[in-house]
Amino acid sequence: MQLDNLYQEVILDHYKHPENKGLATSYDAQVHHINPSCGDEITLNLTLQGQKVSAISWDGVGCSISQASVSIMSSLMMNKELSEAQTIFDEFVALMQSKGSGSPDESVLEDAVAFAGVSQYPARIKCALLGWMAFKDASVQAQKRN
Amino acid sequence: MSLDVARIRKDFPIFTRTIRDGKKLVYLDSGATSQKPQVVIDAEVDFYAKHNAAAHRGAHQLAEEATEMFEASRETVASFLGAKTEEIVFTKSATESLNLLAYAFSNAEPGSQFAIGSEHSIVVSEMEHHANLIPWQQLAKRSGAELKWFGVTSDGRLDESNIDSLITSKTKIVAITQQSNVLGTINNLDHIIEKAHKVGAIVIVDACQSVPHIPVDVTNLGADFLAFSGHKILGPTGVGVLWGRYELLNNLAPFLFGGSMIENVTMTDATWAEAPRKFEAGVPNMAQVVGLAAGIKYLQSIGLEKVHEHEKALTGYLLNELNQIPGIAVVGPTDISLRGGTVSFTVEAIHPHDLGQYLDSAGIAVRTGHHCAWPLTRALGVPATTRASLYLYNDNSDIDALIAAIKDAKKYFGQ
Repeated sequence: MQLDNLYQEVILDHYKHPENKGLATSYDAQVHHINPSCGDEITLNLTLQGQKVSAISWDGVGCSISQASVSIMSSLMMNKELSEAQTIFDEFVALMQSKGSGSPDESVLEDAVAFAGVSQYPARIKCALLGWMAFKDASVQAQKRN
Repeated sequence: MSLDVARIRKDFPIFTRTIRDGKKLVYLDSGATSQKPQVVIDAEVDFYAKHNAAAHRGAHQLAEEATEMFEASRETVASFLGAKTEEIVFTKSATESLNLLAYAFSNAEPGSQFAIGSEHSIVVSEMEHHANLIPWQQLAKRSGAELKWFGVTSDGRLDESNIDSLITSKTKIVAITQQSNVLGTINNLDHIIEKAHKVGAIVIVDACQSVPHIPVDVTNLGADFLAFSGHKILGPTGVGVLWGRYELLNNLAPFLFGGSMIENVTMTDATWAEAPRKFEAGVPNMAQVVGLAAGIKYLQSIGLEKVHEHEKALTGYLLNELNQIPGIAVVGPTDISLRGGTVSFTVEAIHPHDLGQYLDSAGIAVRTGHHCAWPLTRALGVPATTRASLYLYNDNSDIDALIAAIKDAKKYFGQ
C-alpha cells in the first residue's frame, strides 16, 4: 500500500511514544510555531552550551507526521554542535523538497530518513517541517541571547 | 421524490476520473468547493470562444453580446434569490463581498447611516468562517467600535440567550452566518434580524453554505445584505455575489475605485454610478459570471427543494452510520431539522490530518483542520476535525465508502 511509504513504522512509534515531550522549565529560547492551514502547534525549548545543543524539550498537538517529526528531530539534534545541526537540517529540508526522488543520507538523518515518503505528499511537507523550523528559529534566538 | 443521483453524476465530468491508482472518486468536500457540471464548463468555454469582449465597454457586436450575457446572468441570480436585478453585485468571491461591505462602512461619510465609530458595536458569532469574522474584527479595530459575539452551545447551536445584551441601541452591524461551515447548523435568523432592525442595525448574512443547499429568498429572510460564493454552488471560481437591499446598497460608499464604476471624473474628483455598477470597478469576471448563471439554472432545473430533501436524507444516514462507530464524536447538532449536510467529527486518537490522508488513499476527499473557523474549533475544544460535506451528486454509496474507510483507518493506526 502506497500509504505505508508515508506512515513508516518508526513514525507511528514516535507518534505514540514521543521523545523529549514535556517542556523543561529552564531554556535559552522558547518558540511557538503554528501551522495555520491545519492548526498544528508546537512549543519548543532549547538550551545551548557554547555552540552545542544541550537540551531540547517540546510540547504540541497535531498529526502523526508533525508530532513524530519533532520527536525524531529532538533526539537527533541533542548534543550536536550547531554546525552539525545545520547540516542535518539542510539535509532534511532537501529531502522534503525532493518530491519523492531524494536519496537521503542515513548516516546524517538516521531515523529521520523515515520521512522520505512525505515528500510525495505536498500537503504534508509542512507537517514534517514544523518542528524543524521551530528548532531553527530557537537556535537563532538562543545564539543571540548567549 | 428522490434525486436520480446516477443521472446527475453523468452531468459532472470529474466523476469519470479515478483517484489514487484507479479508485472511484468519493467527493465529500463540497463545503470547500462544489464540482462543476458540464453545462457550467461549456458556458465558460462558449463565452470565451464566441462572445469574448469587455462588458459595458465598446460599441461593437461582441461587446454587446458580452454585456447582454453578463446582465442576463445578473437577472438569473436575482430571480434565484427573489431579489431585484439591480440589487446584485458581482465580486470575485464571497470574501470580497464581505470585505467590500466592511470597507464601505469605513469609507462612509460622517453622518451617513453607515458611519461607524467608538460609540457603536458590531455583533458576529463564534461560529463564523474567518471571511465573516476578520473583516468585522478589523473594522472594529479601525473604527473603535466594540466587537461582540454570540457564543455557541455545547450541541453546536447559536446561543441566543444573551441577545438582549449583545444587540443594543449601540449596535451598528450584525454579521452572521446562515449555515455553519463546520457544524452544519442552520441558523434561524428571524429573531436576530427582527431584534437588530428594532435597534436600527444593519444585518449582513454569510450565505455561502446555505444558498447552494436550501432555498433562500432574500425578501422572506429580511436581512439587509447577503453574500455567497459562486464556486460552492456549481459555478466557477473567481465569482462571488453580494446582494443588498437597493436603498441601502445605493447609499453605500464604494470600495474599489476604477473603470466603469463612475458617473463623472475630473483630475481632482469623481462621482459614482448607481448601484450595482459603482461596486464593479474594472472589467468583471464575465466568463465566470456567465458560468455561475449556468450553474444556478442547472440547480433550478433539478429543484433546490429536492436537493435539500436529498441532502437531509443523506445527512440522517451519515449521522446514523457515524454514531455506530466507537470513538466517533460528531461536532454539531444531531437533529437533522437543525442542520445541513456538512458533518464534522473526530475519531478518538486519530488526528484528522492522518484520517484525511487515509481516506484519500481510499479515493475519499474530505476536509481536515479548523476549516477557517479557528475560534470555533478552539471554543469546541477540538484543535481540528474531519469534515464530510454533501451535495446533490452524493448518495448512500459514498457514505458507505466513508464509513468503511474510517473503520479501516482505525485498524491501520492501531486502535
